[in-house]
Amino acid sequence: MIGGFGGSGAPIELIHALIARALATRSPRDLTVINNNAGNGHVGLAAMIEHGLVRKMICSFPRSADARAFTQSYERGEIDLELVPQGTLAERIRAGGAGIPAFYTPASVGTQLAQGKPEAEFDGKRYVQERWLKADFALIKADIADTQGNLTYRMAARNFNPLMAMAAAHSIVQVRKIVPAGEIEPETIVTPGIFVDALVEVPDPAQEEDLNRAVARFP
Amino acid sequence: MRQELSNAQIAWRAAQDIEDGDYINLGIGFPEMVARFQPPGREAIFHTENGVLGFGEAPPPGQEDWDLINAGKKAITLKPGAAFFHHADSFAMVRGGHLDAAILGAYQVAENGDLANWSTGPKGVPAVGGAMDLVHGAKRVAVLTTHTTKKGEPKLVSRCTLPLTGVGCVTRVYTSLAVVDIEGGHFLLREKLATISFDELQSLTGAELRRSGEVTDLVVPEL
Repeated sequence: MIGGFGGSGAPIELIHALIARALATRSPRDLTVINNNAGNGHVGLAAMIEHGLVRKMICSFPRSADARAFTQSYERGEIDLELVPQGTLAERIRAGGAGIPAFYTPASVGTQLAQGKPEAEFDGKRYVQERWLKADFALIKADIADTQGNLTYRMAARNFNPLMAMAAAHSIVQVRKIVPAGEIEPETIVTPGIFVDALVEVPDPAQEEDLNRAVARFP
Repeated sequence: MRQELSNAQIAWRAAQDIEDGDYINLGIGFPEMVARFQPPGREAIFHTENGVLGFGEAPPPGQEDWDLINAGKKAITLKPGAAFFHHADSFAMVRGGHLDAAILGAYQVAENGDLANWSTGPKGVPAVGGAMDLVHGAKRVAVLTTHTTKKGEPKLVSRCTLPLTGVGCVTRVYTSLAVVDIEGGHFLLREKLATISFDELQSLTGAELRRSGEVTDLVVPEL
């Protein structure tokens, strides 16, 4: 799982560190990646796809201003796509983190995306059964962490990050600043440290949008 | 040359039906224009799927903060009283019946309320986003669309031929020629441009246009 919605909340530095490792060691490869999108330009998730780390994408919207990395890989048959309605994607991840193996939603009833899925009627209305999503690892971008792993986020960069931190066996979080325990007001904590396994301080994180406007490429 | 409303004028007409304090989700693209045309004295609270309630206009160029964007990935600003939340809460607002209206674009709308607005067929990379969630749960699901395609084919049809976004979900359609409600599996004509006859409008519509009560003139300012 990789947090973010488009570029906001995307852990660019963690993704680039993973690509650098894959280029040096040829591992990991053939990853299944869960993200709302499928990359933009030639940095972050798009660069992961360009460098062959990704075998399957689970996402809601694999289009962007410059979706060439995913599109070319998809058209060559090198990458599989599981398309999921956006709210269903969020809830599947939340369910994964919350220990709920399946749930029913009205989204996609009567459409192509419901084919092959169990349906049931509740109070006279049809619903589709969807299953939880869990991951081995989540790469997360937050704003401030304390040494207990408690996290705050910055504006709309929150998006999928708190859900993915819950749903992965091992959550790796990049933050702008790590402060001593007690310095974040408990009332303002969004992700409690129980969901966090590792912290990496990245004091001045890049924004995918800025990198793409500068036509950046990784590596 | 037939008179037709511009996209901005269709958005203006839709904006007149939004009440003060309504919670509204606007689809990406042309429905986003609805926010510009709120009547004086009325202020809706706009929801964006990525996790913001109460956002305002785009910031001036150069002042964008890329942690503050809408579902179309465009930079936005906040109004007093805005709130942030994660994606599962955002779609709880959508499916849980908390939005007063979702206002979306369409490829086709059928007289039974079915909507097709996410896929034009098997070619290319499929993408759905939040459309299939948004059509369930909002108290009103309204569609903004030209009355026909660029080739002149009806977009209001008896049954959708393109892949469906949702079944029986649309309640009102604002087109470049008319305002049409969907009730009991039929199109009910509410308003039409004075410059088009009922018969001509019917000939541009792919299913029966019923009339119950008065059909008023669709009047929209120059924009």
